Parts: sequence; C-alpha cells; structure tokens
Amino acid sequence: MDAFLQFVFSGLTVGAVYALVALGFTLIYNASDVVNFAQGEFVMLGGMITWFAHDAGLPLAAAALIAIALTSLVGVALNKLAIEPARGAPVISIIIITIGASILIQGAAQLIFDKQIHRYPAFSGDAPIEVMGATILPQSIWVILGALAVFVALWLFFTRTLMGKAVLATANNRLAAQLVGINTGGIMTLSFALSAAIGALAGVLVTPITLVSYDVGVALALKGFAGAMLGGMGNPKGALVGGLVLGLLEALTAGYLSSQYKDAVAFIVILGVLFVMPQGLFGKTAAERV
Amino acid sequence: MTIRTTTALLTCAAIAAAGTAGAEIRLGASLSATGGAAFLGDPEAKTLEMLVEQLNEEGGIDGEEVELILYDDGGDPNQARTFATRLIEDDEVVAIIGGSTTGTTMSIASLAEDEGIPFISLAGAIQIIDPVREYVFKTPHTDRMACEKIFEDMQARGFTTIGMISGTDGFGASMQAQCKEVAGDYDIEIAADETYGPQDADMTPQLTRIRNTDGIDAILNPGFGQGPAIVTRNYSQLGIDTPFYQSHGVASDAFIELAGASESEGVRLPGTALLIADLLEEGDAQREVVTSYNDAYRERYGEAPSTFGGYAHDAFLLMTNAIREAGSDDPDAIRDALEATDGLVGTTGTYTMSEEDHLGLDLSAFRMLEITDGGWSSVE
Repeated sequence: MDAFLQFVFSGLTVGAVYALVALGFTLIYNASDVVNFAQGEFVMLGGMITWFAHDAGLPLAAAALIAIALTSLVGVALNKLAIEPARGAPVISIIIITIGASILIQGAAQLIFDKQIHRYPAFSGDAPIEVMGATILPQSIWVILGALAVFVALWLFFTRTLMGKAVLATANNRLAAQLVGINTGGIMTLSFALSAAIGALAGVLVTPITLVSYDVGVALALKGFAGAMLGGMGNPKGALVGGLVLGLLEALTAGYLSSQYKDAVAFIVILGVLFVMPQGLFGKTAAERV
Repeated sequence: MTIRTTTALLTCAAIAAAGTAGAEIRLGASLSATGGAAFLGDPEAKTLEMLVEQLNEEGGIDGEEVELILYDDGGDPNQARTFATRLIEDDEVVAIIGGSTTGTTMSIASLAEDEGIPFISLAGAIQIIDPVREYVFKTPHTDRMACEKIFEDMQARGFTTIGMISGTDGFGASMQAQCKEVAGDYDIEIAADETYGPQDADMTPQLTRIRNTDGIDAILNPGFGQGPAIVTRNYSQLGIDTPFYQSHGVASDAFIELAGASESEGVRLPGTALLIADLLEEGDAQREVVTSYNDAYRERYGEAPSTFGGYAHDAFLLMTNAIREAGSDDPDAIRDALEATDGLVGTTGTYTMSEEDHLGLDLSAFRMLEITDGGWSSVE
C-alpha cells in the first residue's frame, strides 16, 4: 500500500510539472491555433533567471517576479519580431518559426547565462511530508497548487471575462473579430505575454525539483505537449488532466511494470486515446464549414 | 542548428586566430566546447589554452614554442572528423588531443590511425584502447575500472546483493553494461536493475522498487548530469538507509551543491586526486601536479577545475613529455615516446604505457571518496 501511494505521489509531482507546461500552450493556441514550441524555453528562462537573480543576492520572491516579468517581455518580443511579421502565413509555418525561436533562445541562454545545472532552495524547506508510509516533498505541493491556480485563473479568464472571449473570437475568425472591434494584434501580444508568464511561473515552481540548465526546455515542452494533446489542445481542463494522467501513467508503469517501459507505455496510451478520441479527452470536435 | 554551427565556427575562428604565428611545434585539438557535451569540452578547452600559454612563457619545449590549433566540434562526430582532417592536412599538426566524447573520439581515431598521427582521447569508453590501435591513446579511466573500484569497496564492506538505478544516457547505459559484466568477479549479485531518462524529474518509483527488493545491501547509480542529483534527493526523501554509491560521472563539487549537503551525506564514489587537492598528504605522489593545476586554473578562470579538465591536463602533459623525450616533432617518434611513457604523474593517476596498454592507469588511480558535511573525504 505504501508503495502504491508512493507511486501516486511521484506521478502527481511529475504530472503537475507536465500540467503546468501544458497549461502554457493553451493561450497562444486559443488565440491563433499555433502550438508554440518555444513554450519549454519560457519554462527554462523562468528557472534560469530566478537562479541568477537569487544568486546575485535578491530574495527568492523578488527573483521569481523578475523572472516572470522578463520572460513575458521575451514572449512579447517573440510575437512582435517573429510571429507578427509572418502574419497571414499558414499555421504550420508559424509553428516552424516557434521551433526556430526555441533554438535561438536556447543558444542565447547558453551565452548569457552558462552551461551549468542549477538549483535554488525549495520554498518551504526539504523535509518530506509523510502520509501513511509514503513521502512527498513540500515543493511538489507548491507545484500541484500552482497548476491548480493557473488552471482556475485560465478557466475564469476564458469563460468569465470579455478579454478571454476576445481571445477565442480572434482564433475563431480573425476578420470577424476585427469587424466587431477587437484589437486582434493586441490580443496576440497579450496571449504571448501571458503564455510566457505561465511558462516562467512553471519554471520558478519546478526548478527546486527538476533542476534547470539552458537545455531543459525541449524535453519539458515535449512532455507538456503530450499532456496537452492527451487532454485536448486549448482546453485548460484538458491540459491539467492530461498532464496529471501522463505523470501518473509514467510513475505507475515504472513502479509496477518496469522503468524501461515507462515512456513507451505512456505514449502507447496517448496514441490509443487519440485514435479513439482525436480531439483528446476534453477537446471540442471541430466542425469544418465547407 | 545553423545558429549553433555559426557560433561554433566563429568561436573556432577566434580561438585559432588567438594562437599567434611564429610557433614551431603545431599541436591540434578538436573538443566539444559547445553543445550537449559542453560540460566536458568547455573545461578541457580552457585547460589546454591555459597550459599552452604557461608552457610558452617558460620557453616552450627545448626552446621551441608550441602552437595550439583548437576546433570546437560541438559534440558532433561528423564535425570532429572534418576538423581532424583539416588539422592533419591543412594545419599540418604533429599530434592531436581531443574527442571529448566517445563518438567524436571514434571518428578522429580512424583518421589518426590511417594518417599515422599520434592521438590522445579524453573520452571514457574502453573500446577506444581495446583492441589497441597503434596511434591512439587515452587519459580517462574506463567505466569498467570505475565499476571495479566500486565493487572492490563493496566487497570490503561485505556487500553481496545490490540494486542498480542507471541513467539511459550514453554514459549511464555504458557503465550499467560494464558493471553487470564485472559484478560476478566480485561475487556481487545485481538483484534490482532500474533505469531513468536523463531529463526525468522524479525517480521515487524506481527507488521504491529497489527498496522493496529482498536482501539489498547497497545501491549504485551510474549516470551524470542532473539525474544522479535528483536520485540522491529522492533517496533521502524516501529515508532509505542502504549505503549509496554514485559514479565518477558526478565527481565534482557541483554535485554536492545540486543534491544538497544533508541529502548527499554518506554517498560514496570513485574520484580522482584532483577532487581532494586540499586533503592530499605531504608525501602523496600526485600532490604537486594536482595542486599546481588546481591553483593555476582557479586563478585564471575563477572556478574549480573539473575531473574532465584534468583529463586534458594529463593528455597535454603526456604529449609534451613525449615530444621532449622524442627530441623531434616527427609523429612516429612522438608515438614511440608516448608508448614508452613510464611513471608519469598526472592529475588522474600515474601513467605507465606499454604496447598492450594505451591507457596506462590501474585501479589505484581512483580514490574512493565519501561525502561528509558537504565536502569530500577519503575512505582509504
């Protein structure tokens, strides 16, 4: 029993990391149908900038705020310098641009920061919390709570605010959105800024667990992307559930079957789900107008 | 990728331009100063640049200056081969140091062998020197030796059944295979054999499985990068009290910092003398060479040298020593002198080469270290 609980705790920890990354994809995808493959780099920047600011003597909270603010600026710059000039290009071209941006950000981080692995202290210490023989670190609770908070905020944003509806309207039909008076350019900038901020927040929260170096972004983005696809791209609920399910699948496979197969089993389940439900668990079925 | 390559080329151009003309002995190097293996190649490149400068300030080899031509292959075997070709054909070097990884080493090795240019590799795999190639040497101990050193210590402590948790990266996978091969020689049974991906965030399921396996006396974690630090933290989180061994892949102060001093308390690993420069006793053969390299590197770069920089240090020492002994810069004479190296003390160990042994180290080159109070202490 304590083994089962330990696997669940591990799955929740890892799953919450994936969920936080997956949630970051939601905004940009909802505003433009673009899957932003530089999302992992936002996570990396969140962790790296926090480490550097903290190492330079700032308190952790201030360092984290600076990291989130700077990363959203990077998000805005990405939109203004690379995405906006390509407006009108097919979605697939813009996705490829984001892959290029990811490589650029990684290279720049390597030069501006360094190539070492870093970690800063956990927010509430490292003493494990024991529950019925299994243990979980306080930082894992932070990550899980962070993922829940971002989920609730995004859900409220999309369903309860005019701005959120404007984002959805922009994705649905940019011309029609402009006609009803929505500043679609502003909406794109906003979605990049918020997505980058969510990514950076993820980086700030997960670094004490996963550690950070200039090259962690790609792996995180891939797992987050898998979680988002499983749950249904663009749906905050899907991102949260998809990420957690992916983490739990990996942990339970590693615990009960074999650690050699944990990635394989997770991806087979994802393929299976997408085969039956191509839109993911919570995705809307797209109705194409002909 | 284009961006990276351009940066790499620019760096090379800058470095190549820095080595001024007027030099007599041309020494080539291809290292992975950027890219995925940068943590190996970066300290190696810094070490070579520092040592060449030092040597030339002291008057070079028998009055002749040494020119270092250094390329950054970014960890790509194809690039390494291109650069090795350029070193031999265009730059006309007399010998090559490099190959930060086993992959880049292998592509340089075949070329060096064909062209008859002595080559000292800085990579770990045993395949580089077994079977022996006429012109290929290396400085780091092999994975197999690390396994043997760890098992020797386990045997001395009376452990017979162990659990292994290995990274699936090249280093972890290679060491896992080597350890499984030699475990029998030390009457050690591997009762649990788990793995994790190099980017994984939590290894508690694997450790729980090992903990729940009957009769486990000790746990061994071959791997490098962030994986071993996370495994160590998870090991402490689960409150496992079975003795814990790490590999030489994480033998650096950065590991203690990442894993945490209290979490890594009591962890044992095989390391080199370089790691415990301050602890070496007065009469220790390696004390002088280790201390002088350590001090010079700290002064110039403001950081502690790593084990990997030490490999480059030893390769440079072996090469310059061989050129001096040979009394000429003829590649074949250098090769013969390298093979005749006898009792040369480096940071990694004492090298004695022979026709059958192009590494020249034995198990005594490794020191079994234990982490105590956030620092290193020698077990022996």
